[in-house]
Amino acid sequence: MISRPRPEDVGTEAGVDPVLQAFGVEGQHDSGDGSRSTARRERFRLLLRSPTFIIGTLVVLFWIFCAIFGKQIAPYNYLGEPGSILHKLEPPSSQHWFGTDDLGRDVLSRVIVGSRGILVVALLATALGTVAGTAIGLATGYVGGWLDEVVSRILDAFLAIPVVILGVLALVALGPSSVTVILVIGFVFTPIIARTVRAAVLPEREQEYVAAAELRHERRSYVMFVEILPNVSGPILVEFTVRVGYAIFAIVTLTFLGFGIQPPAPDWGLQIASQYIYLSGHIWWPTLFPALAIASLVVAVNLVSDGLARVFER
Amino acid sequence: MSAAERPTTGASGAGATATAGPPALVIDDLRLNFEVRGIQREAIRGVSIRIDEGESYGLVGESGCGKSTVAFAVMRYLARNARIVGGSIRLAGRDLLAMRESELRTLRQTALSMVYQNPGSSLNPSIRVGDQVSEAFQILGVDRAESERRAREMLAKVQISDPDRVMQRYPHQLSGGMQQRVVIAMALAKDPTLLIMDEPTTGLDATVEAEVLDLVSSLRREFRTSVLFISHNLGVVARVCDRVGVLYAGRMVEESPTDELFRNPRHPYTVGLLRCIPKWGSRKADGPLDTIPGFPPAVGAAIAACVFADRCGLVQDICRTTEPDLFDVGEDHRARCHFHDRAQDLPRAEPPAAGTGTGAGTAGSNEGAPAGADEEPLIRLESVNKTFRQEGHEIRALADISIVIRPGETLGLVGESGSGKTTLARTLLGITTPDGGSVVEFEGHPLPMKIAQRTPEQIRALQIVFQSPDSSLNRRHTVRRIVGRALTKLVGMRGEQRQERIYTLTRSVRLDRPALDARPAQLSGGLKQRVAIARAFAGDPRLVLCDEPTSALDVSVQAAILNLLVSLQREEKVAYLFISHDLGVVRYISDRIAVLYLGRVMEVGDADVVFGGPHHPYTEALLSAAPILEGERGPRIRLEGEVPSAASPPSGCVFHTRCPRFLGEICVNQEPPLAEAEPGHLMRCHIPIEELRAMQSKETPPTGSGDANGSGEPS
Amino acid sequence: MGRFLLRRLGLAILTLILLSLIVFFGTHVLPGDVGRVILGPFADARAVAELDKQLGADKPLIVQYWTWVSGVFRGDLGTSLAFQQSVSSLLFPALLNSLKLALVAFVIVVPLGILGGIVSALNRDRFTDRAITITGLSSVAVPEFVTGIVLIVIFAVNLNWFPVTAQAPPGSSLLTQLHYLLLPAIALVFVLFGYIARITRAGMIEALDADYTRTATLKGLPQRTVVRRHVLRNALLPTIAVVATQTGYLIGGLVAIEVLFNYQGIGHLLFISAQKKDLPVLEACVLVVGVVYLIATVIADVIYSLLNPRIRYGTAE
Repeated sequence: MISRPRPEDVGTEAGVDPVLQAFGVEGQHDSGDGSRSTARRERFRLLLRSPTFIIGTLVVLFWIFCAIFGKQIAPYNYLGEPGSILHKLEPPSSQHWFGTDDLGRDVLSRVIVGSRGILVVALLATALGTVAGTAIGLATGYVGGWLDEVVSRILDAFLAIPVVILGVLALVALGPSSVTVILVIGFVFTPIIARTVRAAVLPEREQEYVAAAELRHERRSYVMFVEILPNVSGPILVEFTVRVGYAIFAIVTLTFLGFGIQPPAPDWGLQIASQYIYLSGHIWWPTLFPALAIASLVVAVNLVSDGLARVFER
Repeated sequence: MSAAERPTTGASGAGATATAGPPALVIDDLRLNFEVRGIQREAIRGVSIRIDEGESYGLVGESGCGKSTVAFAVMRYLARNARIVGGSIRLAGRDLLAMRESELRTLRQTALSMVYQNPGSSLNPSIRVGDQVSEAFQILGVDRAESERRAREMLAKVQISDPDRVMQRYPHQLSGGMQQRVVIAMALAKDPTLLIMDEPTTGLDATVEAEVLDLVSSLRREFRTSVLFISHNLGVVARVCDRVGVLYAGRMVEESPTDELFRNPRHPYTVGLLRCIPKWGSRKADGPLDTIPGFPPAVGAAIAACVFADRCGLVQDICRTTEPDLFDVGEDHRARCHFHDRAQDLPRAEPPAAGTGTGAGTAGSNEGAPAGADEEPLIRLESVNKTFRQEGHEIRALADISIVIRPGETLGLVGESGSGKTTLARTLLGITTPDGGSVVEFEGHPLPMKIAQRTPEQIRALQIVFQSPDSSLNRRHTVRRIVGRALTKLVGMRGEQRQERIYTLTRSVRLDRPALDARPAQLSGGLKQRVAIARAFAGDPRLVLCDEPTSALDVSVQAAILNLLVSLQREEKVAYLFISHDLGVVRYISDRIAVLYLGRVMEVGDADVVFGGPHHPYTEALLSAAPILEGERGPRIRLEGEVPSAASPPSGCVFHTRCPRFLGEICVNQEPPLAEAEPGHLMRCHIPIEELRAMQSKETPPTGSGDANGSGEPS
Repeated sequence: MGRFLLRRLGLAILTLILLSLIVFFGTHVLPGDVGRVILGPFADARAVAELDKQLGADKPLIVQYWTWVSGVFRGDLGTSLAFQQSVSSLLFPALLNSLKLALVAFVIVVPLGILGGIVSALNRDRFTDRAITITGLSSVAVPEFVTGIVLIVIFAVNLNWFPVTAQAPPGSSLLTQLHYLLLPAIALVFVLFGYIARITRAGMIEALDADYTRTATLKGLPQRTVVRRHVLRNALLPTIAVVATQTGYLIGGLVAIEVLFNYQGIGHLLFISAQKKDLPVLEACVLVVGVVYLIATVIADVIYSLLNPRIRYGTAE
C-alpha cells in the first residue's frame, strides 16, 4: 500500500540515448536524472497501452465517421419519409431498430445524422475558446504585473457565472442559432482555458531559458509563442479535449432548454427536449437513444482526455 | 539496543571506533533489479557492507551509482518495481529481508532511522514541530506529557537553543539548517542502532553544513549510533566517516578507512575521481584538472567483467573478460581491480599543464594581476545599491557595492545564500534595476540599467551560464536551434554563415555534430552545460557570468566543464564573474575573489591573498567550514546562528552578531568601511590587518601544499 | 492571516462589481435595443420605442446602469415585466428552494466524493482505482438532465418510488420535502461525484508521495496513522477550493434539473424569465447566482487559510 513508493523510472525513458553517448567527450557523465528522452514516442507508446484511451478514441472516431457520412449510412431520411407520420412512436423493431418518434421519424437515422451538428459546433466552439484562452493565458502569465491583475479580475468575474447560465444570458441577447452557440461557448470557455494556460505558464516563466531569451533582448511575442508555448502545449492539448467534453455537455443542455440549436435539426438535445414528455407513457426509445448517444460521446471524449492527461502529467 | 561493553575478539582494524557486539549492519552480496516493462534491469550488482557498532560508514559515488537505492533497501522502503534478487541485510544480527510487515514496523520504531535531503519537505507542513518530534516517542507507548518533555530534551540535544519556542512552530517558519536539526532530533529520538543519512546537507550553505556535520559527529559519539552516510561530496564524507565505500555502477569498487582512501586510493576510479576535484590551493595556472573519460554504464546494462573497464586508462584484456575480486590491498582496505597495485599510475586523461598555454594562464593570475590594475576595467561598479520592497519591509539586497572586473580576469564571488550574489549578477545583466545613484560602467561608459536601453554591443558583451541547463535550455528546441537563435539575435547571422558558425562554436565547446539535432533531454548533464556555454559565447562576449555552473554536476563532469571554461578564457580573452559555494572550485578558477555578506562586500583581493590570509573574520569562517579533503585543518571556527534577515540587518558591522573575532562596542555601533588593508586587498573590518595576521597565524586553515593524492605529479 | 482574508474579501467585492457590469451590459449592450429584444424582430418600431421609454432604456447606458445598481443596493431589484410583481418577491422564494435542493445534493455528494477519492488514491493503479476513476469520468460526462430522465423513467415512472416532480405540495413536512428532492439531488450527485473524487485523489496522491509521508512511514507509524495524521490534512486542502467552485457548477446544473423536475427554484425562474425575455428577473437571477458563487469561494478561502499554517502564520522568521 502506501509503504510502497512509486516505481522507479529506470531505463529507456530515463537517461541518455546510447547513440548520443557514443559521441560524448572525455569526462562526460550520464547524469541519469530521469530526463524524458524521445518523449514523444514514449508518450505515444504509453497511450497505446491504455485500454480506456483506445476505447475512447474508437468511439469518438465512430461518431466522427457518422458526422461525415451520416446521411449516406442512415437507413431512412432523418426528416421523415413520406407517410411516416402514420408510424409515429413505434417501439424498436426490425424495420426501426431504435423505434420512431412522435412524427414517425426513424430514431436511429436521427441519432446518426444528429452527431454532425453537435461535433461541429462543439469542436469549433472549443477551438475558438482555446485560441483566445491560450493567447490571454500566455500574455497574463508571462507579462504579469498590472495586465495580469486586471485581466485576472475580469476573468474571475466571468468565472463566477456558470457556463450554462452565461450561455442562456448571451443567447437571449443574441438570439439562438448555431453560430451564436459557437461564439457564446467559445467566449465562455476563454476565461477557463486562459486560467489553465496561465497556471502552466507561471512555472515556465521562472525557467532560465526565458531569462536567457530576455538577455538576448527577444521580443515578448517571441518569448511567449516560440519559447514558452511549445512547453505548455501538453496542458493545452489536455485542456482542449476536456473542454470538448464540456462543450458537448453545455450545448446539449442549452439545446434542451431551447436556447441552442434550433429545430428541425436532428440534434440530440433537441430530440430529447421534444420527446421526453412521452416518458410518462412508457415511450422511452425516442429519448433514451439520443441520451445514450450523448453519454457515449462525452464519456469517450473524457476517456481520451484522461488518457492524455495521465501521459502528459507524469 | 543498549551497547554492551563486551570485549571483542577481533577488532575490525583501522576503524576509529572500537567494536563490541554484533555489527550494526551487515549487507551481504545485495543484488537488486528494477523491473521496467517486464525487463529486469540490474541496479545493485552485489554490494557488501559491514558497519560495526558506533562506526560511521560513508558511501560515495556519482549520481546513478545506486547509493540511495542501497539506503532504501536497508529501510525496506523500495519502489514498487524494485526486486531484491539476492543477498541479505542484517541489522544487529536480524535478517531484515525475512521480516514481516509488523516486525519491520517495530524495527523502524526502535532501531532504524533515516534522514534525507530537503529537510523542508520531510517535515509535515501542517503539524507543529513539537508534535512531530514527540510522535516518535508516542509510538513507543510513552504518554503525551512525557513524550513532549523528551522531545524538548531531544531538541536541546541537537543544539536548538530555544526548544520551547521551536516546538510551537510549523516547519515553514524554520530555516533550512534548523529544519534539518529537527529531522535529526526525530531520527535520534528512538536511539537507533543504525542511522542512515542520505545527502543530509546537500542544498544547505557550507557554514550550516559544517554545523550539521559537527552535530552529527558529536551526537554519534554521545548515542554510540552507527551511521551509514551517503554523499556525492567526498569532502563531507571525509569529515564524518570512519570508513568509506566507493560505489560505481551498482558495485562496490573500493573500501577503506577514510584517511587511507584519500591518501592511498587503489582503484583507478577512485584515483580518477580524486584527481577531478581541484586540490586545495591548486590554480588554473597549474594546468587543467584531470577528468574521467566516457560515461558510466546505464542502469541495467549488461556488464561482463570489470564495471569500470570502458573508462579505465589501465585497461587490459583481462579486465573485459574476468571480473576482478575485491582484493585485500592493505589493512582493512579492499579494491576491486586486477591492477590495484598500479592504480595510482593511471595515466592522466587530460595532459598536465597544456604546453604553451600556461603562459597566458599564469599571466592572468600571478604577474598579470598587479599589471592589470592599471588597465582600464571592463566593468566598474560604484556604490551599487538594490532595495527590494516586500510587504512594507525594505530589503537591502545590495549595499554600496564597489568592485571592478578587469578584461580577461575571473572574479570569484562567494558568500552564503542571501548574500546578494545572484542579485549582483542580475543587476549586471540588466534583469534587476539597481537603486538610483548606482553607477555601473562598461569599458568606461555608463551601462544602461535596463536591457531594453542597452546597445546590441553591450547586450552581446554580457552573457550568462546558468546553474542548471535543464532550466536554462528550452527543452523543446534542438541544440542547433538554441545556439543558432543566439547567433541570429546577437550577431545577426543567417543562412550558410550561421551554419558554419554553429559548427565552429559547438566544436570549441567539444560538442560533436550529431548532438546538434538532439534536444536537451537527450544529452547528459555535462553536454547540456556545454550547449549553454556555447550559447553564451555566441556573441563573442567580454564578460560571462557563471552562476554556479557546475554545482548541479558530478565531480568528473565538473572538472571537464571547468577545464573548458579556462581554455575558452585563454582563447577568447573573456572575463568571468564566477559565483560558487565551492571554495575549492572558486579558488581554482579565480584570479580575484570578492566575499559578500548581507549584500556587502566584506573582502576583495587577489585569490592568493584572500585565501592565503590574513582573512576577514567572515572569510576565515567560510574557509573553516569548507569541506576539503586534504591536510590537517585548523580548529573549526563556528558561526553562531543563522544569517540575519536582510530586512533588518544588524547595526554597525552587519557581521558582528556572528563574528568569531568580535571586538566590542565599535562593531555594534559603527559600520567599518571597505578599506585597503594592504595593496590590492580590501577589507571591511575594524581589526587592523596585522592583528588579524597575528590571530590567524597560529591557526591557519590548510593551504594546499600537501600532495595528498600521491598521484605522482610534481607539485 | 488577517491581511490575507481582507485581500480576498476586497477581491470578492471587486469581482462582484465587475460581475454586475457583465450582467448588465451583457443584456443591454449586446442586442443594442432592449425593447427589440423583448418584443422580437417583427414588432412595430413605435412600440419598441415606447417600451424603451417606459423601461428607461432610452437614457444613456451609464445612467441606466447606475439606476439598476443603486436599486440593487437598496434591495429594489425592479419589477418583473412578465409577472407584474417585484423581482425580489419572485427571486427569494426561488433562491430558498434552490438552496434546499443544493444542500441535499451536497450532503450526499461531498462525503461520497471525498471517500471515493481517498479509496481510489490508496489503491492507486489497481482495479478499485480505475473503477472509481472511470465511474467518475462517466458520471461527470453525462448531462444532468439525461441522468434525470433515466432516473425518472426507472424510479418515478416504472417503480413509482419517487414523485415525478420535485415540488412538494405546500405545507409538506420536512421528510416529505426530502422525498421529493431526493431524485433531482441524485441526478446532481452524479455530475459532481466525479469532480470531487478526482480532486481528492490528486491531492491524496500528492500527499502520499510527499517526503513527509515517507518520514512518517519510516518512523514506524502504522499505515492507518500515517494516512489519518499525516496525509489527510494536507490532501484535503485543495479539495475545499474545488467543492466551492463546484457550487457554481451545481447552480448552473440546477437550470436543467429544475426545468425537468418542474421545481420552482432559481434555475427554473431563470429559464422562464429567459423564455419570456423578462430582463429584470433574468439579470437579478444571474447576479444572485454569481453572488452565491462568490460567497462560497470566500468561505472556502477562510476555511483554507484556517487549516493551512503557511497562511495562518507568515513565513520564516
